[in-house]
Formats: sequence, C-alpha cells, structure tokens
Amino acid sequence: MTSIGTGYDLTNSVFSPDGRNFQVEYAVKAVENGGTSIGIKCKDGVVLAVEKIITSKLLKPGANNRIATVDRHIGTVSSGLIPDGRHFEQRAREEASSWRQIYKSPISTADLANRMGQYLQLYTLYSSVRPFGITAIIAGWDSESEIPVDSEVGSGPEIGSGGKAEGKTYGGPGLFMIEPSGSYWGYYGAATGKGRQTAKAELEKLDLASGTLSLLDGVNEAAKIIYLAHADNKDKEFELEMTWISSLNGPTKGRHEHVPKDILDEAERLAKGALDGEDDDDDSKSEDVKMEG
Amino acid sequence: MNHFPQAWGRPRDDIYGPYDGSFLHDSRPNQHTTTPIVTGTSVIAIKFKDGVVIAADNLASYGSLARFTNVKRLRKFAETSVIGFGGDISDMQYLDRALNNLEIKHAYDSSGHSLNAKNLHTYLAKKFYQRRSKLDPLWNHVLVAGLDDEDKPFLASADLYGTTFSSPSLATGFGAHLAQPLLRKLVPDEEAATKLSLESAINAVKESLKVLYYRDARSMDKYSIAVITKDGIELKENEKLENQSWAFAEKIRGYGTQVN
Repeated sequence: MTSIGTGYDLTNSVFSPDGRNFQVEYAVKAVENGGTSIGIKCKDGVVLAVEKIITSKLLKPGANNRIATVDRHIGTVSSGLIPDGRHFEQRAREEASSWRQIYKSPISTADLANRMGQYLQLYTLYSSVRPFGITAIIAGWDSESEIPVDSEVGSGPEIGSGGKAEGKTYGGPGLFMIEPSGSYWGYYGAATGKGRQTAKAELEKLDLASGTLSLLDGVNEAAKIIYLAHADNKDKEFELEMTWISSLNGPTKGRHEHVPKDILDEAERLAKGALDGEDDDDDSKSEDVKMEG
Repeated sequence: MNHFPQAWGRPRDDIYGPYDGSFLHDSRPNQHTTTPIVTGTSVIAIKFKDGVVIAADNLASYGSLARFTNVKRLRKFAETSVIGFGGDISDMQYLDRALNNLEIKHAYDSSGHSLNAKNLHTYLAKKFYQRRSKLDPLWNHVLVAGLDDEDKPFLASADLYGTTFSSPSLATGFGAHLAQPLLRKLVPDEEAATKLSLESAINAVKESLKVLYYRDARSMDKYSIAVITKDGIELKENEKLENQSWAFAEKIRGYGTQVN
C-alpha cells in the first residue's frame, strides 16, 4: 500500500494512482475483526452459522440473533459492524418484499444476491457515504416445484407450453457472499470474519463441489468449523447460532429456520469432541494462520 | 345561521375569504369498486370435536357465465388456518397478498409465534371495516377456520361491511339459506360441536355442497375441502360431488295434465 498517507485514502470513491479505493479496503479491515460466519451448501439444503462473541455475561443466551430471515426461504448473516449488518438485512427484506409485489413470487437467492450486491456497490460511489463494514453471506433454497404465485387462482392450460424445458432442473440451493466493494460470488462454502482462514481451510477439505454432503452432516461440520475458527480467539466466550434451509422434502420444507435445539446441541457436542480430540493438530494450525495473517 | 348546506362545517367567507375547495378535487375521479365482477359463491364450514371442516366449490362466475372452473377459494395461511373466500375474486387475490405479506413480516420479529386463525380473523375484520368506511369495500364474505390461542376449534365470519360473527357452523351467500339449516341440525350449539366426529362433519359438509349444487345456479360440482386440526391442515382441492340423485327426473312429465 504505497499510496497510504498520500491522501488517496481519506475519501470514499476516490481512485488511488494504482486504481484502488482505499476506503473500501479499510472497510474490509472492519470485517476481519468481526466474529466468524460461514455458509455451507449441501446436497439437500444450506447451513448458516455464526460465532457470536459474548461481550458481557449480562447478555441473554439465545437472544440477539445475528442470522436474519428474508422472505421465508432465505437467510442472511454478516461479519463486521453489527449495525451495518442490521441495515443490510433490513434492505434485503425490502428487496424481497418489492420483488413479491412486482413479480408475485418469492425472490430467488441469486436475484437477492444481485440486488444486495448492487446496493453495497452504491456505497462505494459517493464521498458522502461510507462503504458497508460487513461481508455478508446470503443462503437460500429456491423451490424446485411449481409454487403458486401470490394470489394465483386456478392454473394454466394443461396442454401446450408451460414455459419449462424438459430434462432441465429448476430451483435448489443458493449460497452467495458479498464483500464491502459490492462484489459477490456464488460459493459451495463461504467464510468471513476473524477466523475465515481456518474456516476456509476446513471447508476446502469437505469436497463440497461433489454435492454429496447431507444437510445434517453439513450442520455438524458447520458447528465444528465455527469451534475450530474460534481457536484464534480463545480468550473470549462465544455462542454458536446456526440456521438451515432444506429442500421441500427436508426438515424445514424450503423455509429458513433456526436449527432445532436438540440437533444444535448434538452438533456442538460433536464439535467440542472433535476439538479436544485433535488438540495437538489444532495448536499448530492456529499458529500457521497467525503467521499467514 | 347560514342556510346554504354547502357552507356548513366550513370557515365563514366573510371572515376567512372565499373557501378554497380545490383540495376536494383530484385530476381524476375516485375509482371505487361499486359492484363485484368475477365472483365466487358459498363457503360453508362446521366445527367438530378436534377442529373445523371448511369447503367451497372451484367456480368463479362472470355474472351468469361460469367463466373460471378451476379457482381455489380455500387458502392456507401461516400453516395454521384456512380462509374460505366468497364474493369478488380480484379482492380475494388482494387479500391473499396482504395476508401473505402479513405472515412474512410477522415472522421477522416474533420468536416462534405464528399467527392463528383468531389473529387472522381480527386482521381481516379490521381491513374490511376500514375499507367500507372509506366507501371502497373489499367485496367479500369470508370464513376463517382454524384454532384459537388455546388450540380450540375457531370458526368466524367477516364480510364487506366489517360485520363479524361466530357460530359452530357458518355459511356465506346462498349457503346461508340452504346449507346452514342442514348444518345446524347437526350442531345446534357449541356443546354439540364438541361432540361431533370428523366423519359426520365431513359428510354434513358434502351433503350441503350437494344441496347447493342442486339449487344454486352459480355453483359447480368440483370443490375444495379442508380439515384443520391440531395436527395440521389437510386440504384437498380437486374433489367432485358424488351420489347425485337424478333418477326421479325421468318420471316427471309436464306441469299437471300431460301424461307422456
């Protein structure tokens, strides 16, 4: 960052001589301090998990949710400045609602990611605003069956073109991560926040691209990864918050919901067990990460 | 005292200058629904010991034309309730949208509490009353079926005037004249409803639908029926009326003296 201190980093939307927007890069620094959040795309659903750092013993356990539902079938979570995350979720809900009003159907995960990507990018264009201090993960399940559009009555003709191509599959899981710059990509597994490097390394081991991981295994892996990623941050207590969205035949019937307590407890028990089991490995791993970072 | 009614309730011209009535006029006329266009006929429902059975046929008429024959007028909301819509179909679609949005927004800021039938009925009744008070009614008569906050069977009616009432059995439109008497034989009071079995409730509803199909010119023999209990909602949308009795018709000749 040779241009630092030369005045190109004082204002948003200003290009440095080598074509960078330093204010956006500083926003990324804010993300790197936030609690780890991850998303995993599974065969039959998507999992979101976040490490909620407990800043005070006076905070009520299980309250102050960080993962938000958008419409019925999408979940969002972010690392970084929490109020920016709240603004993000509020905007996402407005986008989903306006989509419904116009198209009379639920917004797809990809379309919401696109809208939110555009929204974050707007905050890199003007000196009168600052970029979002978050990296957000959007996860959803787009229904693969014919869902009636809002207020639909009856159905179309039973013969002729229904607008769908034979042999092509529709719907399925979606997982996207949006950065402060507004750039976003689809992922098999996404991680952001303080423990992202550990989490990414673990996600890569899962071979998510093959699409064989079951949703329940995904839940257990997500818990394990958050516990592992927390090793960087051991001095602080944390709480695990986890949500999932399954296919229509799955446990949540295409809706975004908190993982039920019994399944969450079991996943946490397994995560703690795994952490104790490979404690030696773990110490060396976290040191590696520190050296990288 | 000013004897010109158009000046009543307005500032006095001699003190405040001539009254500026420009705000009363818009560039376009107000457009209010003055009559329903595409309509659904009766909705009927009855409480039984574990829940509620509700039914309506799948017809949407355009005046006397049976225009749409595949219109589902029973709708599930919040996974807890079924609402049966009679009256204008476009207003039904509007309400469907409003209730869906209500359900989604409600889920955002409540932890695990879903809307029950009683909540939805209250919401609808207020919406109806608000709209009729603006002289722009939603041209429907609806029945809300489900469970209340104590998980007891809940059944109530709301209509375009905002009028609400509840009863162990209810019917809208033509059904109020033809189905309600049959249903009332089965459940004259709440006491009787707490003893009624699911089978008798379903049979009574199917019998009533048949009577309605015989005598209501805006009805159809394809219908939807839903059973709501604590265990959830069972909604069947493509039922057909069975065992109609027409054999007697062959023997009828003329109106009095004709013999063959």
